[in-house]
Amino acid sequence: MNSLFTVFALAACLGAIAVVVSQSVVRMAFWLVVSLGSVAALFFLADADFIGAAQLLIYVGGTLVLLVFGVMLTASGPYMKIETSPAETVVAGLIGLLFLFMVFSSLSGVEWTGTENRMLATDTSAGFDDQSEGNTLRPLGFALLGVRPDLGTNTPGYLLPFEIASVHLLVVLIGAAYLARAKRRRDVN
Amino acid sequence: MSITLAANTISDFLDGSVVPVLGWEISSGTALVIAAIIHAVLLFHVFALCPFFLIWLERKGSGRIQDRLGPTRVGGKFGWLQSLADGIKLIQKEDLCPPAADAMLFRSAPYIVCLASFAAFVVLPFSSGWVAVSADCGLFIMLAVLSLEVFGIIMAGYSSGSKWSLFGGMREAAQMVSYEIPLAICALIPIVAAGSLNLGEIGDMQGGHLGNWFIFHDPFTFIAFFVYFVVATASCKRAPFDLAEAESELVGGFHTEYSGMRWSFFFMGEYASMFAVCGVASILFLGGWNTGIPGLDGSLQQLRAAGAASGEFSASGYLANVLGAVVFISKAALLVFVQIWVRWTLPRLRIDQVMVTCLKYLVPISCFLFLGATIWPLLWLAGKQISTAPFQQPLGQRVAAVLPAGESSERPQVTPSGPVIDEPVSEEPADGDTEPSGDSVSVEGTAPASAADALAVEVAASEVQS
Repeated sequence: MNSLFTVFALAACLGAIAVVVSQSVVRMAFWLVVSLGSVAALFFLADADFIGAAQLLIYVGGTLVLLVFGVMLTASGPYMKIETSPAETVVAGLIGLLFLFMVFSSLSGVEWTGTENRMLATDTSAGFDDQSEGNTLRPLGFALLGVRPDLGTNTPGYLLPFEIASVHLLVVLIGAAYLARAKRRRDVN
Repeated sequence: MSITLAANTISDFLDGSVVPVLGWEISSGTALVIAAIIHAVLLFHVFALCPFFLIWLERKGSGRIQDRLGPTRVGGKFGWLQSLADGIKLIQKEDLCPPAADAMLFRSAPYIVCLASFAAFVVLPFSSGWVAVSADCGLFIMLAVLSLEVFGIIMAGYSSGSKWSLFGGMREAAQMVSYEIPLAICALIPIVAAGSLNLGEIGDMQGGHLGNWFIFHDPFTFIAFFVYFVVATASCKRAPFDLAEAESELVGGFHTEYSGMRWSFFFMGEYASMFAVCGVASILFLGGWNTGIPGLDGSLQQLRAAGAASGEFSASGYLANVLGAVVFISKAALLVFVQIWVRWTLPRLRIDQVMVTCLKYLVPISCFLFLGATIWPLLWLAGKQISTAPFQQPLGQRVAAVLPAGESSERPQVTPSGPVIDEPVSEEPADGDTEPSGDSVSVEGTAPASAADALAVEVAASEVQS
């Protein structure tokens, strides 16, 4: 498992670097596929199969396809390139370093052993029939429906965020359909 | 059941055993790697042989349907050399890359297509328990992985540096993105009846007899099967939806600039994903590896369960599984044959007709079917005056647990790992304290277990809170 983790982690990092380095937008999308696909594989390795599959479906199968589709529809030349000026590189590099610093400082702030012991102490799978690892689908579904049998009766689930997100998506759908509708031609007379 | 390698048995077998001649002991890690390699090689053969067979079927079918003389006169018994001849022809062609193309993307695009459709076979069970990875959200993983295939095709269309390819890629992108919606919704409709996304469990639930296949579960799943099949045909970009490679308008569409083996990789991917979506259709709707013959299925399932429970190799269980795999593969191949038949008989649609068919007809139809499929069990249970309070189990188990024995034998559901529960009519119900009094069953008497009762109370409490 460790060697697989190394392979996929390296692929994710190298893919991400290649996204930054390459200039053609579609090549960026390709490297982003490599990077996001490796992250999905890391999720699978961590027994989180639902979120791994969701990563593949939403980011790789959905977002990136739309990205390439948008490039194909809007590009003026044969291969769309993004050229960066030196000033942009410097600013982006600074922001990237700041972000790296933030991630490192928050990661080093976590007390790993205590957290692990606490997680092992609280058996989160209680309340579900199947307690084997990776069986995340049914608990996730219950949590989204507002039921958390694993945390006792008084803990609300995620029904409200779920509903808000779905209504939001519905609004976006209707708005997109409104924008893309066939415009009725207005007669001059 | 998490990501359980079915290779568990192989790796368990290898773990700690000694290599015959050399005398080395195999560690558990090595055993897992060997088992994974065995599974990968097996799956790769399925992946490679299914285009081999389907190309032959396609050539012969098109030859018969459209009176094409060549394929009806190929050598070998029934012309089986056709695929081999095609393969040899493709191997010796030059591997071209046009100067206008983006070489890296152009060369890697066929591999993405192949990889995506190959990876889909990882979660596709061929018989009860015969699956490389038995994941709890198998269907979801399958749909996610199959949706990656379009990316390779768009990349091929974009990077070829040709207008035909670009148009093909754009059509493909528009078509795939819109057809994924009804595909996912239609695949969800039998899931509502099954209460599980694990393809192996779904297949096992439909044992017993023909009436237990999910296509006959309710009117909505019956229509959903046909909608699913149309949408699956479109998502494999098969005729009459093959706008991405419309020869009459776009020369070859996205694969205009490809030749030789890279070209054939696209078609290996296409045939493999045809088989994959038809396999999913046969698991979701047509009973998977169950024959549908009343007496036979239960005993086969018992043989399989006994073989799995014994923990060692059992010839009868193995043979039952082989029979299941044969049944499953023939169902899927039959569906693929229908796709081939449709391809050579129907004319191609226009691109706007394809989009209108999807967005104006198939999406609303599948939404309506999905709504109906969710309401149907509630109405059905309300008609029997049964409360749906013990909600924690999958619907199939709930119905089996709540129903009196007379009706549960009519539609036997199985627990995920167990054999078919095929109770005779005269037996007492499973929970014992219920009178088999038909329709007027009281709610308290029929609650299957105390845990479920407690949970129902919890739900009520949390509902009040929110």
